[in-house]
This record gives sequence, C-alpha cells and structure tokens, in this order.
Amino acid sequence: MSGYRLANGGRIDRGVRRRFTFDGRPFEGFSGDTLASALLAGGVQLFGRSFKYHRPRGVLGAGSEEPNALISVNRGPGRFTPNLRATGIEVYEGLAATSQNRWPSLRFDLAAINDRLGMFFPAGFYNKTFMWPRSFWETLYEPAIRRMAGLGNPPTEEDRDHYAATYAHCECLVIGAGPAGIEAALEAASTGKRVILVDEQDEAGGGAMSDPALWPWLERSIATLAGAPNVTLLTRTTAFGYYHDNFIGAIERLTDHLADIGKGPRERLWRIRAGEVILAQGAIERPLVFDGNDTPGVMLASAARTFALRHGVAVGRSVALMATHDSGWRDIVAMAKAGVGVCAVIDARTNVSNDVQAEAKALGIPVHLGQCVIGVKGRHAVQAIEVASTDGSRRRTIACDALLMAGGWTPTVHLWSHARGSLAWRDALGAYVPETCSEIVRCVGACAGTWDFGAGGLINTLPSPKPSHRARAFVDFQNDVTAKDIRLAVQEGFRSIEHIKRYTTTGMATDQGKTSNLNGLRIASDALARPVTDIGLTTFRPPYTPQSFGALAGRAQGPLFQPTRKTPIDGWAEEHGAVFELVAQWRRARYFPKPGEDMHVAVNRECRMVRQAVGIFDASTLGKIEVVGPDAAEFLNRMYTNPWKSLEPGRCRYGLLLREDGFITDDGVSARLDDDRFHLTTTTGGATRVLNMMEDYLQTEWPDLDVWLTSITEQYAVIALQGPMARKVLEPLVEGIDLSPGAFPHMAIRAGRICGIPTRLFRVSFTGELGFEINVPTAFGRALWERLMAEGQHHGITPYGTEAMHVLRAEKGFIIVGQDTDGTVTPYDAGLGWAVGTKKKDFVGKRSLARPDIVAPGRKQLVGLMTDDPNLVLEEGAQIVADPKQAVPMTMLGHVTSSYWSETLGRSIALALVAGGHGRTGETLYIPMPDRAHSVKVCSRLFHDAEGARLNV
Amino acid sequence: MTRFSAFSLFSNALGGHKDWPEHWPDAAPKPAYDAIIVGGGGHGLGAAYYLAKRYGIRNVAVLEKGWIGGGNTGRNTTIIRSNYLYDESAHLYDHAVKLWDGLSQDLNYNTMYSKRGVMMLAHNVHDIQSLKRHIHANRLNGVDNEWLTPQEAKAYCPPLNISPDARHPVLGAALQRRGGVARHDTVAWGYARAAAALGVDIIQNCAVTGINRGADGAVTGVETTRGAIACRRVGVSAAGHTSIIMRMAGLDFPLESYPLQALVSEPVKPVFPCVVMSNTVHAYISQSDKGELVIGAGTDQYVSYSQRGALHIVEHTLAAICEIFPIFRRMRMLRNWGGIVDVTPDRSPILGKTPVKGLYVNCGWGTGGFKATPGAGDLLAYTMAKDEPHPINAPFNLDRFRNGRLIDEAAAAAVAH
Ligand SMILES: Cc1cc2nc3c(=O)[nH]c(=O)nc-3n(C[C@H](O)[C@H](O)[C@H](O)COP(=O)(O)OP(=O)(O)OC[C@H]3O[C@@H](n4cnc5c(N)ncnc54)[C@H](O)[C@@H]3O)c2cc1C
Repeated sequence: MSGYRLANGGRIDRGVRRRFTFDGRPFEGFSGDTLASALLAGGVQLFGRSFKYHRPRGVLGAGSEEPNALISVNRGPGRFTPNLRATGIEVYEGLAATSQNRWPSLRFDLAAINDRLGMFFPAGFYNKTFMWPRSFWETLYEPAIRRMAGLGNPPTEEDRDHYAATYAHCECLVIGAGPAGIEAALEAASTGKRVILVDEQDEAGGGAMSDPALWPWLERSIATLAGAPNVTLLTRTTAFGYYHDNFIGAIERLTDHLADIGKGPRERLWRIRAGEVILAQGAIERPLVFDGNDTPGVMLASAARTFALRHGVAVGRSVALMATHDSGWRDIVAMAKAGVGVCAVIDARTNVSNDVQAEAKALGIPVHLGQCVIGVKGRHAVQAIEVASTDGSRRRTIACDALLMAGGWTPTVHLWSHARGSLAWRDALGAYVPETCSEIVRCVGACAGTWDFGAGGLINTLPSPKPSHRARAFVDFQNDVTAKDIRLAVQEGFRSIEHIKRYTTTGMATDQGKTSNLNGLRIASDALARPVTDIGLTTFRPPYTPQSFGALAGRAQGPLFQPTRKTPIDGWAEEHGAVFELVAQWRRARYFPKPGEDMHVAVNRECRMVRQAVGIFDASTLGKIEVVGPDAAEFLNRMYTNPWKSLEPGRCRYGLLLREDGFITDDGVSARLDDDRFHLTTTTGGATRVLNMMEDYLQTEWPDLDVWLTSITEQYAVIALQGPMARKVLEPLVEGIDLSPGAFPHMAIRAGRICGIPTRLFRVSFTGELGFEINVPTAFGRALWERLMAEGQHHGITPYGTEAMHVLRAEKGFIIVGQDTDGTVTPYDAGLGWAVGTKKKDFVGKRSLARPDIVAPGRKQLVGLMTDDPNLVLEEGAQIVADPKQAVPMTMLGHVTSSYWSETLGRSIALALVAGGHGRTGETLYIPMPDRAHSVKVCSRLFHDAEGARLNV
Repeated sequence: MTRFSAFSLFSNALGGHKDWPEHWPDAAPKPAYDAIIVGGGGHGLGAAYYLAKRYGIRNVAVLEKGWIGGGNTGRNTTIIRSNYLYDESAHLYDHAVKLWDGLSQDLNYNTMYSKRGVMMLAHNVHDIQSLKRHIHANRLNGVDNEWLTPQEAKAYCPPLNISPDARHPVLGAALQRRGGVARHDTVAWGYARAAAALGVDIIQNCAVTGINRGADGAVTGVETTRGAIACRRVGVSAAGHTSIIMRMAGLDFPLESYPLQALVSEPVKPVFPCVVMSNTVHAYISQSDKGELVIGAGTDQYVSYSQRGALHIVEHTLAAICEIFPIFRRMRMLRNWGGIVDVTPDRSPILGKTPVKGLYVNCGWGTGGFKATPGAGDLLAYTMAKDEPHPINAPFNLDRFRNGRLIDEAAAAAVAH
C-alpha cells in the first residue's frame, strides 16, 4: 500500500483488508473504506473525465455531493451499474470498478481534444450551429453529439437482481443522522413516539464521524437508539423525495456493499407516512471558483478532513488550503494534527480572527492572508499553485500536491423544497435557509443554517489578475460549466436563473447542483447587477440523489407487473390446450385447438358445434354488481338508458349505459332478483369503470337514494351453455327450476340448485341460440364445469373461447362495446335506439343526445358489410371510402370494426361504422388497402336468424 | 439579429465570445399594442412570431408571468408525431410536423428536431385493432405510419423485450418514421429571438390579472402585474392556466387541469435510438442527445395546480418501463417533475375565436401539445390576424362541446402524447 494511508486513526477496520481493482489495476483497502478513500490511499488522484470537455478529474467531495468521480461497477452478468459516485461505493472484496467517459484510457483520452477546442463550445453553442445542410442533423451532427455525450455505458443485459418495497408509519421521521438528527431522534424517542431515523451513509453519525472527539457521544447515542423499541434506524437509506401530506419516499441499499450478495433484494423502497418530519440533512461545503479549480487534487476542505479523520487517508503529502471561510482552517488544523502534511493556508480575507489563526500558526503552518489562488499547475494531478494578492500584486508559486477549498456552506434544503417550503436569504451565510412550509416539518442543525463552523466572507469568483475570458474556473464540475459560461448567458439576454441554468446546464448534472447552485447564482447576480434575492433559486426536484428504476418499480416486474386474473375454470382450459388472450387484467381462453388445428379451423368447429349442438363457455370474467336497496330500481332507471322500474322480479333486461356526453360506455344483461335487488352484468373490461361511475353518481349526485352497490365479479363463476341442446344438458342437473319454455322464457332468471349447488340461472343468449348462463359460487366453478362436460358428452358439448364467441355474436349483430363502439357512438348510431327510454324524465347522457350534432344526418352508424368476394376477410380497422380512385387525402366514411369468417354462413362478414350507414343498405363501398381496393356491400347487421326463431325454443 | 452559423461561432470564439448580443431584449410593456399574446410558451411565442412574419402584424407583445418556456414547453418530453386518427387531428398535427421540418433554418436557431421515429406498441388484440385503424386512416390521409411485427420492432429498437412470456407481450407496433423529438427550450428561445428581431416585445415577469372590455363587450386590453395595456386583439395561450384567464373575461371553459409527470435518468452512452410509447402499460421513453432516458407518465388522478405529482405514478411508470426494457432496471432516476396540463372533454385542443369579440384562445392541448407548437402558433396568428379560423383549426372550436361535434382522439383509444 502506498504511503497516503495515515499511520493510525479513522473508523476503518485495519484488520480487515479488501482487495479490489480499478480499471483492472489491483488495489487494497480496509473495511470501512469507500472506493474514493481507498484509491486516494493508493495514490490515485485521477478518477474520471468531465462530461463535455473530457477534462481529467479527481474527487471533489466525500459524500453524495460528489460531481466528478463517477465510476462503473460490474458485478457480473446483468449486474453492471454506471455513474456511481466513488465516494459512495463501499469497498468490498473483489470489487471491480472502472472509470468512464474516456477512450481509449483514463490517462489518455482522445476526446480530450474537446478541451483544447473548448473556446468553440461555449454554453449554448449547439443552438447556434449544426443547421446546415439541413439533412446532416440526423445523419451526421446528432449521432456525433450523442456519441460524445452520456457518462457511463448503459447496462446491456437484463438485471438479475430483485427489489422490495414496504410501507411504514411513524409519529416522527428524522432525515439525516448527524449530530442534529441524532439529538432530535433521541428527544422524540424519549417521549415514546415511533421514530424512524434514516441516513444515506453506511453508518450513522454524519459530520461527527470526521470528529474523533465526538465518537464517545456517538457510540452512546447510537446504543440508546438501537436499544429503544420505538426507534427504527435505517442506514444506507436515502430519503429521496418529499410528497404531499408528509409522505416520504426512501430507498435502502441492501446488497451493493456486500461481497456476497446472497439471494435477498438489492434495494428496498420505503413509503413512509410521518406525523412530523424533522429534516437534519446538514450542509454542503461550497467550492471556490478560480482558474484550474477542477484539477485532480483540488477538493473540498471538509472532504479532505473526512478522508483523514474517518478513513485515515492523507489526500496529499503537502496540502494547501484556499479559504474564504473559517471552517477550512479548523479542518486543516485537524488534518495536520492527524499527521497530514500541510504547506500553506491562503485566505482571501485579511480579517481572519486571531482565534482561528492561532492554531494554524501554532502548528507552524505558513499563512497567507488577503491572497487567492489564481492558477493550478499540473494536468492529471496538482503540482503547484499560483497565488496572488487580491489586488493582483505579489504573485508567486507554491508547490503542493493537493489543494483544499473552503468557500462556506450551503444548507441542504432539497427535501424542504420538495415539500414546497419557502426559503429566506441570509446574507451572513450567503445562502438560503428554510422559512415556512405547509407540511408538519421542521429543520434542525446545519440544514436550518445553524452551525458552529465559524464565519466566512463570500466571494463568487476569486479575484485574479489574469484575463477572465481565459480562465477555466468551474462552477458546475460535471457539466463543465465555467463562470465565463454563466456570464455569457447573461450577456446573451438570459436573466432568469432558470434560463441561465438551462442555457448553461449548470446544476443539471447527476449531482443536481449540490456544489454549484449557489456559486452559479452569485455569479449570475453579479453579472446582472441585481441582488440574488431578485433572481430566485431553481426548484429542487426529487430525487435527492439518483435512485434506481428497479427499486422504484419494486416487485412489479415480470408476472407481478400486473396481477393476471384467472377464472376458476382457467386451470381446466390450460390442461385442455386452450390458447389464451389477455383482456383487461384477465386471461381468457381464446380457442381450444385440437391436435393439428390452427385458430381458423378450431374456431370454425367451435362455432359449428354451438349452432348445431351445444357449446360451453367460461363467462366468469363478466363484471357483476349487486344493486340492493329500496331505491335500486330508481337508481338503475337513472343510470341506464332504458326503463327499469317496470321490470318484474325474475326477468332480465339488456341495459345500455352512456357517459354524460351521450356516448355508449358499457352494456350488459341484468336481472331483477327481487323488488329491491338486482344482479347487473358489465363488460369484462368495464367492470371497474362502471362500478366507479355508479358510486360516483350515487355518492355525489344522488346521495338521497337508498342503494348499495357491491362488486360480485369474483363471487360467481359463470358458465354459459349455448346451443339447441343446452336445455338437455341442464335438465338432469337442475333442482327446483322448471326449465320448460313456458315457465322459464328467454330473458328470465331463476334461483335454484344445480348439482346441489345454489345457482342464479339466467336464460340469456349472446350467440342467438337457446342459452343459459349459470352463476354459481366461484369455488364450485370448475367442478360444475367438469360435471357439465360429462353430462354434455352425448350431446356433443364443445368448449369454445372468446374468438368463437365474437364470431357468433357478430352473426347476430350484437355489439362489443369498445370494439364496435369507440366512445363516439350513441345508441342511435349503434342501432340501439330501441333501448333508449325516451319517455323517461332523465338518465345519464339524455341531455347530450339532443345536441345538434347528435341528431344531425351523416353520423357514423353501425352496419353490416359483405365483401363482394365471399372468401375475403377484411382487416379490422380498415377504412371505408365511396370513391377508391380519389387522390390522397381521401374522404373516409368509416371503418371496419369487426370482421370474421362466418362458418354458419359459409362466407365472411363484417361490422362497420359508416357515415349515414343506416341509409346506405345495398350500396357498394370500397376498402382501399395498400395493394388494392376491396368492394363491399352495406347490409343489415343481422346476418343470421333475423327473426330470432332459434332463441324462443 | 446576428446570424448564427458555424462561421459566426468560430469568429466569435476568436474574440472571446464578447460580441454575442442578447437573444431578445428585456422589453417593458408599452401602453398599447396591436396584438397581445398571453402566455410565453412555445405556442404563444410561435403565434407572435408568425403574426409578425406571416401576417404583417409587428406591434405585438407576449406577456409571460414567469420566464418564457417555463410552463409545459420547458417540462415536456418533446415527442413529435402526427399519426392521429381523425382527419381533423391528422391535418392539424401534420401541419405542425411540416413546419418542424425546416424550423431551425427558418428561425436561425437549432431546435434539434430529430426524426428518429415514434413507435407505439400493441400488447393485445384490442391494441392491434386500434393501431391498425390508425395506420389505415393515416395512409389515406397521406400521413406516414406503418405496421411492424414484433421482430421488426425489435430490430428498430434493440432494447425492446419481445418475449411472448412477458406479462404484456409485444404483438406488434405502429411506427411513424417522421416522428421524433426536439429540444424544448430552444424552441421557446428560437421563437422569442426571431420574433423580437421582427419587433415583437417579449415581456417576462408580467402576469395578466384581468381582461378589459368595452361597452360592446369587445376586448379593449388587459390588466397585468405591470399595469394596464390597451389592445383590441388578445390571444390567450396559457395551457393549464387558461381557464383562470378565461374566467377574467367571464367565460367558463371546459378544461380540467391535471399534473402530468416526467422524469429523466442519469446520462449514459447511446442505447435507445427512437421513441417508444405504450398505452397499455402506460409509459413512453426516448433518449436525449445528452444521454438521459426521458420518460413520461400518465396524468395524476386528481385535478390540481400543484406541480408536484404523486410518487405512485413514478413507481408505476418505471415498473412499466422496466417491463418493456428490462435492461434499464439498474439505470437511475435523476430528476422527476410535473407540469399542469389542460384537458378538454374530448382530449382535443380548442383553437379559435371565443364568444368575446377580440379574444382568441389556444388551449386544451393537454398532454400532447408540444408537437403542435409551430402549427398552433401559426394557426392562432392566422385566426387573430383574419378574425376567422383557418380551415385547419375551424373544427377545433369551442362550440363543439355544445353541439356535440367532438373530435375524440382519446375515445378512439389513441395514446395520449
Ligand atoms: C410532463 C409533460 C410531458 C409532456 N410530453 C409531451 C410530449 O411528449 N409531446 C407533446 O407533444 N406534448 C407533451 N406535453 C404537452 C406539452 O408540453 C404542452 O401541450 C405544450 O408545451 C403547451 O405549450 P403552450 O405554449 O401552450 O403552454 P406552456 O408552455 O405551458 O405556456 C403557457 C404559458 O402561459 C403562462 N401563463 C399562465 N398564466 C398566465 C398569466 N395569467 N399571465 C401571463 N402568462 C401566463 C405560463 O407561465 C406559461 O409559460 C407534455 C406536458 C407535460 C407537462
């Protein structure tokens, strides 16, 4: 190990060594190291390349504010993660880290040519060029820009990890486990409240971890919290977003720090609802803005202190400090005492208090007041700094191998801002601090602007005698935004800080401006000659730090992405070779092919058997709602277009449901069980929508009605028996119901038993054949199905799926809402005017049906189509025209909504919405396809058994 | 106006970039204008530009309550396409897409319109029917849109998961090759710069607080936070806040304002070549030139003017993205935000005259109006200049909600953006 590791000290476990690689080179660290501290200990200063100019970069910070040291970690197949901060990667045995955004190597990066040409790429350069010739944008310029941009490589394989999510509730949520957060948690815990304390780092303690004097207190406090049953302490957990009503999203990283990740989830999303939120997020040190401030080896003083006192690493052998704030002095003194070699303290101020100076002087550190760093020598590492008096005189060079910056502090108000808390500017701090918020939240410690780091003068760019347009003085390190860029934006007329941010991209990098926002603001304020308070601050957006998609998606992946609803008969269908289709959340058997059959052949057979013998169909997915109460009939009368009050118990009615705009939204056959009780059915896809709509009306429009709505969709299995032999199959199995046509006519319902199971037996038909729909409690669904199959054996019973169902209903001209209607179709358009109770005082959508356009001629109306070529099955969605020779754009009359081969008719049939369609019977129209136009004739939708003779048997 | 070009960039670089002028001057309100546009989004700025450029009205002010482009223009996911179902919509959006082509050159500002193709996925039989209906209608309207098999879709967009075992397997896709994305901010800035060069005043930090009307009811001017301004022709283009401004003129508008969220990932090297949208799993995605994956969600459930959305929308959206593109699960969300979108009952815009003389409106673009920016700007300008709608926007009148002549793209199961 190289000589940057201090002989002792730090919170690392020197007994536990960790071997790892960086760009293939082997290194060693200790348990408790981050990748940044371990590499610094190994003498590495060059960590990465910047976004735009590909400038060599080192580590700037020691925590989540780090903009520069972005690293890819490869944990094997499906476990590659780009853009991780070296300061947040815990070193484990076998860690394989690589640098990014460089080619062919980190030291020698060809794209660094951008830096030499930097003068041609100021802020907003791409707005001004790449416009000529026009066609080069997609073919040449944009691909080149895209290749140049981006940080790390993307993952290319499916992630092998999984993620978890959970909910938590507490009276008090403390975010940030530094001294202020820990004290707040202790206090809340002592009153018996449920407390959750979260911190993004691997250990609680925050700034106290860089201050050995506080370690005994820290140990005691953590022990107290750990022993309190009402306290949950979550480390490696980032509270990333603050949402309405004290709802906080946090993500806990569970395995990224482990050599053996085991089988558990990689991360866990915590959705926390808190009575009170205490923000103790601390403050982030501000870099100083001067020429060369991005050279590897230039870093925040607080970060260097953390490396020294927490990780036992010296960031250099001869370290200089450039300060405008007292805190830097304290940090460098603490480092010197820990054994770090310090060569100079430079402060732009002349009035640094004696107390602050005393300790440095006592340690023999050379002090230079009223002076500033004006340049840095060295490309891949600091070799020396140029220093001058603030008036530009007395220039000199000081040799050093690291330079620390102490530019004052910025309270971390990100979550506060997510909650839309207001901010107040404090001149003394040169920062915004939290003011008021409508959530139950307060800020404590440094994030409230209360700290004991001392005072500081604040300067935007350090004064320098060099011409300012030559200086490469960085504000946003990752995005390569310099002070000059910000001034250029102002010069070009951008006055709002939001514009300046977007024009220069300052604050838009993966660190989201944690170290750059305030510097950018002050430079803009200066350039605009307006106080910062006039300019405002850009809004902070969640997440506080980048969070993985996987954790936010949680368990919702693969089959759990959305539950697949299955009927009780699904298993039987699967065992019998059904091919399924997805409808809403359900999977439904589409057809039941026999060996050697394709869909066409299978569906034809199924259709044939229904018309000739009997088919059996799983209709369990139909939405079902039980409507109960003295006003049930009145309620349905207001919801549906047709009258319900006159319906007798024991009878069914086809119900048509409109939206307020008068267009069809659902339909279904419903039954009156009793004076005050109805059993409604809805379409499969519409079940939730219809229940919500009904509840909405019931609760907001007609709260006076005494009605209860209950979804019973999953309470009943529904088996449809359709075909001339249906009654024969049922008869032997049913008790207590007279099935004879006189006693049990079409559109009736009876309660009784089937195979001993209580049933609501409907006599209804969606096929045009004699039909029954047997409702039984779900648990009996499959048993009954099998019993019916056995009983139907000698009647030729045939299971059929949704495809045959579609064909059979189309032969009868029955609509499928959502296929033959699309939310622009009225009952009249659909030929369902008979279902509109025009005499009713009102129903949902009634008023809209009188609108001028709804009664105007020429509306699209549902009709039947027959192709002149009987073997041609049209494509659903194909458009219809009167003149196939018209040039584009053509006048379209409508489209084909349903189209099938009809086995019953021995030819193709189709349904279509056609302008003025009801008056076009017999007309020839055309379906222009890319290759040719097909001719069709408009006809009635009733293709089969128009009189309904087959129903009334 | 200093012309922008590679040459001017080069020569300015040699001079240390000291000579670039302001994109647009910071104008203060004058006492009166020939035309006022309320709302400095892309649509409003575009309208001002076309008023000056095409319709000869140059004494124009754009009044923006905050900073231009700070509304939905600067918050959207910039998907541009024109493969809408109904004739009216197809013509409206295609008018815009035609203007997109060549807009950079027209404005002398690179709006980065990138025709990389917009692909919409079909996951079930209903989706197939709906997308094919669009494709056929588009073909007969002269709008490009083609059907791809799952394999062809994967070839066009390699990260796509086309496994038949997926919860919502990809059964095919509709592709509009002319569709793509542009850079939102540059659209606002480019219009502002070009409009200002023609004499338009771009007035920021100037909220309209009232609409003044004469005895005959016609508009006479507006009240603003920077004083009253006289004007007989006022065009309102304020997206989610339009209904508030309309109420100042005594008009109730059929608009509901919802938060709509979007997010980006950290930037990575090129991995995603086009735009993909899926209505069934509720998500859409592209990759910006900077390398960020740009991902959009559906609207939040509740009406609101708060630009913070709910977390569960983000969770659902990312679950959907990871479902279609499982390689992205280890990517990380960098920034998430919301905008307030103005939604009409039929999900189509309102663009035309209002019952108040001299008051014109352009609103209701909801979740999908960025793509219409040049077209909407041009048509609003036309309508204001001629005091009558252009045939393209004539069907998008306010009256349709009274007479029922809706243009219901949502009902036709089109996707939202
Ligand atoms: C997250 C999100 C994603 C989207 N994705 C897409 C997409 O991919 N493709 C697409 O085509 N569309 C998309 N949209 C929609 C699109 O952004 C908008 O339809 C479009 O940008 C609207 O432009 P605009 O100029 O009308 O509105 P805006 O840009 O919102 O401009 C309206 C302006 O009016 C100003 N204003 C309001 N009240 C006043 C007042 N009283 N006085 C003065 N000024 C006022 C506002 O400050 C604002 O600047 C998306 C929207 C959002 C929010």
